[in-house]
Amino acid sequence: MSAPETLLTTPLHALHRELGAEFGGFAGYDMPIRYPAGIMAEHQHCRASAALFDVSHMGQVLVKGPNVIAALEKLVPGDIEALKVGRQRYTLFTNARGGIMDDLMVTRRETDLFVVVNASCKTEDFAHMKAHMPPGTVAMIDDRALIALQGPQAVAVIARMDPRISTVPFMGATELKLNGLDCWVSRSGYTGEDGVEISVPAHGAEALARHLLAQPEVMPAGLGARDSLRLEAGLCLYGADLDQNTTPVEAGLTWTIGKRRKLEGGFIGAEAVLEQLFAGPRKVRVGIRPEGKAPARAHTLIVDETNNEIGEITSGGFGPTVGAPVAMGYVTPDYADDGTAIGLVIRGKVHPARIAPLPFVPKGWK
Amino acid sequence: MSDVRYTKDHEWIRLEGGIGVVGITDYAQNALGDVVFVEVPEAGKALTAGGEAGVIESVKAASEIYSPVSGEVVEGNAGLDGDPALVNSSPTGDGWIFKVKLSNPDEVGKLMTEAEYRAFVDGLD
Repeated sequence: MSAPETLLTTPLHALHRELGAEFGGFAGYDMPIRYPAGIMAEHQHCRASAALFDVSHMGQVLVKGPNVIAALEKLVPGDIEALKVGRQRYTLFTNARGGIMDDLMVTRRETDLFVVVNASCKTEDFAHMKAHMPPGTVAMIDDRALIALQGPQAVAVIARMDPRISTVPFMGATELKLNGLDCWVSRSGYTGEDGVEISVPAHGAEALARHLLAQPEVMPAGLGARDSLRLEAGLCLYGADLDQNTTPVEAGLTWTIGKRRKLEGGFIGAEAVLEQLFAGPRKVRVGIRPEGKAPARAHTLIVDETNNEIGEITSGGFGPTVGAPVAMGYVTPDYADDGTAIGLVIRGKVHPARIAPLPFVPKGWK
Repeated sequence: MSDVRYTKDHEWIRLEGGIGVVGITDYAQNALGDVVFVEVPEAGKALTAGGEAGVIESVKAASEIYSPVSGEVVEGNAGLDGDPALVNSSPTGDGWIFKVKLSNPDEVGKLMTEAEYRAFVDGLD
């Protein structure tokens, strides 16, 4: 099936087609959902070896200039000041009500900040940053692709090309020469596994991807496997598990708020967020294990023992590594303890489930 | 001799006397991807042609199974409970989904023959 003309493509689109990908629209891009091996095999391969994902649809932004760290701290609750050069941090753009506008990665480099935001939010994020940061400090990067290589063998594969990766810790970042290209590489990912995310000049992205795919450990994986992997790892998907009406406290992301930031505030929506830290949230994000075999998808209603609504699933499906359905959602705090019995309304019938600890699989990184 | 007919929703039905065995086609299982759960209809359930008869869940999403004919469910495939991937590995064999006692055998005539279905699928890509 060919893509409607309105969808954008990444620099790896032709390669995906050659690899036999099945495509789907995601955040305005025609993206590979799965390859002929299928989501299950791609998922398992990532957990066992290394999988290559094209995430070039995501927004890459450079922030550079005087006072940009203080300016960025007005938009996020993370402690960016304390972030060391060569380190990366997960943080959030918050709105005036303390809701989450997007989640993002910030890498502090020698002379600038490298920011990666979600594809679905990148236009708004870029405008938001431009509006609140000093003039001329924010630049969207549109000439680089983004490739994630994820799995226990991912770092070994990269080390074969540039051994310096071995000294980079998880959530660290460095510049590497890969395939003769200047790549910005962070040891991070969205699968729960060890791995790297590589920002590569767009003109060399296909050659680099081909080189990586030629390594015996590597197979391509699409957005389908990316979703099942991140769900098992308990990682949030913006627009599903996080949105403008959900605060960092509700989302269980209080750990992303720096200690100094908790005391000082000073970010958009700080009053609402800090008040909630004190008074407690109205709803909380939890892991959920259905007791039967039927997967419970996003928007499945969660009920208590007398069938009163207590929340909703925001991400759910089958966990290939768990070998059973898994989900995440929000419930009222009274029902948030691990092991609490709940009901899930699937096609009109209540199915038993329990609140479960996140992640569903042990983390593969140190 | 058995006669297999097809729907535009990619179900097949194989007639064995007054009973129809129903499953999804190879094209459908390939489009769905790895099947992880099948909600098969229970014996006794009344079905109408084109009406919902069950649900197939792949890793990716849930999809409805529609009954090719009207009638009463005789049996759901219990084997799919332990091994839903049979729908992928053997969509027209062990991966059948339910058996139905036809209430209006004339409905079968409206379904596609194998040649017609093949032409239909060829037109989709």
